[in-house]
Amino acid sequence: MGMTITEKILAKSAGKSFVTPGENIWLNVDVLMTHDVCGPPTIGIWKREFGGQAKIWDKQKLVIFPDHYIFTADKYANRNVEILREFAREYKVENYYDVGTDRYKGVCHIALAEEGFNVPGTVLFGTDSHTCTSGAFGMFATGVGNTDAAFILGTGKIWEKVPESIKFTFNGKLPKYITAKDLILQILGDITTDGATYRSMEFDGQAVYDLSMNERMTLTNMAIEAGGMNGIIKADEITEAYVKERFDKEYEIFESDSDAKYHSKYEYDASLMEPVVAKPHSPDNRDLVRNVAGTQLTKCYIGSCTGGKLTDFQFAAEILFGNKVKVPTFIVPASTEVAKQLEVETFNGVTLKEIFENAGCDMGKSSCAACLGGPDDTFGRSVDKDVVISTTNRNFPGRMGSKKSEVYLASPLTVAASAVTGVITDPRDFIS
Amino acid sequence: MEKVIQGKAYVLGNNIDTDQIIPAEHLVYSLNDEEESKKYGHFALSSVPLEQAGLPGGRIPFIDGDKWQSDFNIIIGGSNFGCGSSREHAPFALEKAGVKTIIAESYARIFYRNSVDGGFLIPYESPIKLNDKIKTGDQLEIDIENNIVKNLTREEEYVLNPLGEVFPIVNAGGLFNYARTTGMIS
Repeated sequence: MGMTITEKILAKSAGKSFVTPGENIWLNVDVLMTHDVCGPPTIGIWKREFGGQAKIWDKQKLVIFPDHYIFTADKYANRNVEILREFAREYKVENYYDVGTDRYKGVCHIALAEEGFNVPGTVLFGTDSHTCTSGAFGMFATGVGNTDAAFILGTGKIWEKVPESIKFTFNGKLPKYITAKDLILQILGDITTDGATYRSMEFDGQAVYDLSMNERMTLTNMAIEAGGMNGIIKADEITEAYVKERFDKEYEIFESDSDAKYHSKYEYDASLMEPVVAKPHSPDNRDLVRNVAGTQLTKCYIGSCTGGKLTDFQFAAEILFGNKVKVPTFIVPASTEVAKQLEVETFNGVTLKEIFENAGCDMGKSSCAACLGGPDDTFGRSVDKDVVISTTNRNFPGRMGSKKSEVYLASPLTVAASAVTGVITDPRDFIS
Repeated sequence: MEKVIQGKAYVLGNNIDTDQIIPAEHLVYSLNDEEESKKYGHFALSSVPLEQAGLPGGRIPFIDGDKWQSDFNIIIGGSNFGCGSSREHAPFALEKAGVKTIIAESYARIFYRNSVDGGFLIPYESPIKLNDKIKTGDQLEIDIENNIVKNLTREEEYVLNPLGEVFPIVNAGGLFNYARTTGMIS
């Protein structure tokens, strides 16, 4: 019997020719990624458990991006970055991207792609649930906690249960007013926040392969919102073009066999899809934008690993061009590279940065910022009874700061359209 | 590993995510420093909406005032307990507050792994919904060897799913201890 792409990658990593869902296997990890929130406790556990013998299994395979709480006066948060800095210095970790230097990148999942750590056929673990983002590159990527990360840090190995796979196929062509965020919010509404728990989510179909790498990452990023162990898209020429610019070694491309076994399959006609939102307080609380149109807003937010990539800002600029925002609108480029692109990329001859400034948006520095609330002085953080529409990935109670606030998740087109009117607005009012 | 866990139940609903268990703004404190790490206990479950905090009635604080340990040491959840972020601070915070075990219909993968591999608490699965049978404050006794919960307050008994293949890791007290017993690490 055939195997899925995820089963094949896990089998290779475990040194086996065949694996079946439900089987517990030990994997050899290709890359371990951590950041300022989970890095310090991971290092703490690694030192405690390995003691004087503590050794990094392979320094080239360890990547550290401070990204969560960066531009804050919070002394504890700054101490965490200092712990990473010290650790990188003491153990000579080359792949450390320090705050306050030219190397500083911003949000880890986007930085992993930009810096060439996302490679088809490989296995990547990170101390962040959105590590599944990297699955857009035809690789296995998933999040773990500090203990598992500390174990990998010392041994390069970790146990994992081989997941069953669910296949989501988007046939046809996406309309101009639909983005990858609409696709994943559609799925979340269909299968709910535990619909893929302990399972792999495989994305397929012409509408998926028509997406850029940035947009594919939006899709895989939110696999965890359905409880998915990983999200994955087979590598194609678009993937290879992106990877070859950043990675110069050999790699292997896997794809699912035609007789691979799936837990379930979902098929969508992309051309019929409508813009959707996730209403408070869960990413699976889906509704059509037109059903909630007119909802009064106090803030709009475009940023994060899932919604702060170049393509997200290109979508937003299409609508914000020549318009003014009616409510405070926060723009947070996921990475410093994206921030630079905003100064270069243009729409109608005007740079994206100028379009946002002219529209009256507040421009923030690259980091996770208010996506997960963070310290009180975090840029764009929700306060009191804010009603926010955001391109981020979670709207649990208190997620963006205030426990009293309400967050709607939506595509950058929907957020930009809503910023211009001050109420939730269908992007089709601006784009035909 | 203890043979029996006794204590008072704190009952919650479905989809208790890690932001509700320990809000992101608190993820900055040290987990190694004994004194500072008590803050995690203090803020445990602090973002659960009031009306859902301690079911069925709600509005029962998990942590009283400025304490860092709870009067409740057994959590009863619904489905998808621990969804959301990968923060191991979540089971750590619950353990710090004194929680020994959680009984839920299902868990999010990373929270489940973190609970087991970090040796913080035992994540039991219940084959049936228990958060509408057990009420906050009920006195429970869990027989670990036989996977049975006795509700002493209501004189009821419920059966739990066996821990199965993670039992050796739970029994060893976490992934590192387990790996030492199998000779995988020294």
